[in-house]
Amino acid sequence: MYQEVLQTESVVAKKTHISVKGLNVHIGSQHILKDISIDIPDKKVTSIIGPSGCGKTTLLKTFNRLLDNSSDVKITGKVLVDGENIYDPNIEVTRIRKKMGLLSQRPYPLPMSVYENVAYGPRIHGTRKKALLDALVERQLRATGLWEEVKDRLNAPATRLSIGQQQRLCLARGLAVNPEIILGDESTSALDPVSTRIIEDLFMKLKEKYSIVLVTHILRQAARISDYIIFVYMGKIIEAGPAEQILQDPKEELTRQYVKGYIT
Amino acid sequence: MRRRKFEELFFRGLMLLATVIISGSLFLIVGTIFYKGAPYMNLDMITKTPGGGFYIGKAGGILNAIIGSLYIAGGATVSGLLISVPVAIFINMYINGKTFLANTLRMAYDVLFGIPSIVYGAFGFLIMVYFGLRASLLGGIIAVTLLVIPILVRTLDEVIRTVPSELGDATLSLGATRWETAKVILRQVRPGIFTALLLSFGRAIGDVASVLFTAGFSDNIPASLHEPAASLPLAIFFQLSSPVAEVQGRGYASALVLTIIVLFITILSEICIRKFYKQKA
Repeated sequence: MYQEVLQTESVVAKKTHISVKGLNVHIGSQHILKDISIDIPDKKVTSIIGPSGCGKTTLLKTFNRLLDNSSDVKITGKVLVDGENIYDPNIEVTRIRKKMGLLSQRPYPLPMSVYENVAYGPRIHGTRKKALLDALVERQLRATGLWEEVKDRLNAPATRLSIGQQQRLCLARGLAVNPEIILGDESTSALDPVSTRIIEDLFMKLKEKYSIVLVTHILRQAARISDYIIFVYMGKIIEAGPAEQILQDPKEELTRQYVKGYIT
Repeated sequence: MRRRKFEELFFRGLMLLATVIISGSLFLIVGTIFYKGAPYMNLDMITKTPGGGFYIGKAGGILNAIIGSLYIAGGATVSGLLISVPVAIFINMYINGKTFLANTLRMAYDVLFGIPSIVYGAFGFLIMVYFGLRASLLGGIIAVTLLVIPILVRTLDEVIRTVPSELGDATLSLGATRWETAKVILRQVRPGIFTALLLSFGRAIGDVASVLFTAGFSDNIPASLHEPAASLPLAIFFQLSSPVAEVQGRGYASALVLTIIVLFITILSEICIRKFYKQKA
């Protein structure tokens, strides 16, 4: 009991997980992100909204250094994760990435069985014992509500699952490495309404344990699940704040126009 | 009006003619080999090595050349793969497939692809001389490896490029290193790798110029890498140059054997390619 209280307090006392300071991203000759500074609140669902091509996915990808692999990218400024600048040249990239689970637009299951998909992350980070892996796989499949659906075909190729199940499997795969943050890049855009709903419900449940950052172009989705909204336009953060305020009573004219559907 | 109609008919006829010539010559080639070689095909041809006086029409077969060719093509394909996989991964995952360096490397392999195989044979021969090797199975494998590397690299490169970058992002996001990510991607493209293997094997087994002075020729099945090895294309050449009708016929039979092997490999790789792209879709 006492320990729990202590832990909770330490989490509250800790600064925000992701804190961006003066971030600029150039790809080739294009200035994609301009002077981004923002704190992402802990254990909340934060949505990044904005018209397509505004830089929201790029912003999300700077959080786990996925832009590293693209050519011709220049990044300046800081992204602090747990107080540590992840663009520090001495940092170990794999450790930073492990802190964040990524859920992409479409599910991309690894070319392995259902079981191996979830076990892959823990395995590369050194978990070898079968019993431990078994328990871990079951826990994450239960956490994503897949266990009952797939427990009899854990050894079947992951590609046999329906696309909605695959996306939940990808989520379970990400959770298996114990991340602190979940990044979602329009994670429901390829899914049917029922699967979308399941994923959204999962996000609502998971925010008790994880900080969640989502990129979405669906305003209604942002309204349904976000606690906090960041509006990005032409590579700049126009406005950020609690979801209700941004959607109901935005301070900036551009935000108001976007929320009303004048800018797309 | 009549001119347009005439043009339409004329060019359609031309296209039809070209198609007939192409498929006709394919049938003609296979037909000739079959017609001339089939009477000399028997079990001895493919189960025995040349006996004494084989080249003047006495008993024996071309097992030495069949095994020799399989050794050379198999050895070259395997060693070629060991070199090509790292290169294809390097181009696509370490220097990002879209950079200047990556495209320069690709161009280099295109140039190598176009180099006639006799040049690879000559180059392989120089390497052998440098290391004091005689014409041998090893020499043949080295020369043919050089020949198939560009084929393997380009095929693997194409295959790896079909993998969506999001799959790589997925493993990287789990904290995987690039090499661990590469392993997952290789697993994803397994049928494609198999296709590359077959293409390279098919090219290797039929090539004569690269083994001409690197592998030598022998009536025996090579027992070690340092012994000379026969190959089917050379066996065909020697037998067809003979004035003895019997031996010439066996030359066609040998060509038939080679054609059947290549045909089998081509069909197999065709099936693999279909399977690969179907899986992608």
